[in-house]
Amino acid sequence: MPGTFEPLPGGGAAVALDDVEISIIRSLAVQLLELIGPGPGEDVPADPLAELFAEGPSEPPSDPVLRRLFPDAYSDPEQPAQDEEQQAHSAEFRRYTENDLRAGKRENALAVIRSLDELASGGGGGAVLELTPEQSQQWLGALNDLRLAIGSRLEIVDEDDTDLLYRLPDEDPRKPMVMAYLWLGGLQETLVSTLMP
Amino acid sequence: MGVVTSAAPIEIERTESAEEVSAVPEPDVPWVTIVHNDPVNLMSYVTYVFQSYFGYSKDKATKLMLDVHHKGRAVVSSGSREEMERDVQAMHGYGLWATLQQDRK
Repeated sequence: MPGTFEPLPGGGAAVALDDVEISIIRSLAVQLLELIGPGPGEDVPADPLAELFAEGPSEPPSDPVLRRLFPDAYSDPEQPAQDEEQQAHSAEFRRYTENDLRAGKRENALAVIRSLDELASGGGGGAVLELTPEQSQQWLGALNDLRLAIGSRLEIVDEDDTDLLYRLPDEDPRKPMVMAYLWLGGLQETLVSTLMP
Repeated sequence: MGVVTSAAPIEIERTESAEEVSAVPEPDVPWVTIVHNDPVNLMSYVTYVFQSYFGYSKDKATKLMLDVHHKGRAVVSSGSREEMERDVQAMHGYGLWATLQQDRK
């Protein structure tokens, strides 16, 4: 079935994608990659050791998508006013983890782009994408990050927002984004089910 | 209390008091990792993450997921602060909204 991952007999998963779907996923993954930004090493090419010791940022990102992807570790959402100690702990956590987290998310998005590019070189109107178990994990992470990013752009903050999106009129400018969001949700849902132990 | 605990340099003449130093009580209150509800993450995905990262049974993972969904949050693991920071980082890697705190209950 189109838009539905199915398990492969030896492990892994497969999905049929047409050319439009391939280009939508690819372009969203590229946008995510650009948003997450370059690796810690890319601005210090002279010294590979510097990369190892490069510290991450201590401030939360200003972009709401990035704030959702890299949240404060010591905050309590039920008490939005963080005390100074919590802020200091969150900042320190961020310094030591955010670069690694960004690298992991970049890897996943790159894996998606690479597997689609291999498909596209096969030519023709659409193709069946086959993923190894490892690629399935990377796709799963990337699909989730994409949905978090789009959900954040659409300002989905509670369950009611999702219900509203289902009922958007066709002329609403958010409609295409909502369609993509729901479609990616279906892809992710079926991919998860192929991975369930 | 910092995130990274570097070993304090112990001078030779003070080795006898090393035991004393390590006996300085770390507050014996465990830390917990809390996962918060958000409307984007799929219920099946959250369950999958709890099973595959923590190695929880399907029943336990499902129960925790439902707690997150209905109560807005659930404690998904507990232990030392370092362990909880590892878990929180892993949850952020999966895209789950997680925080850690000392379990003051």
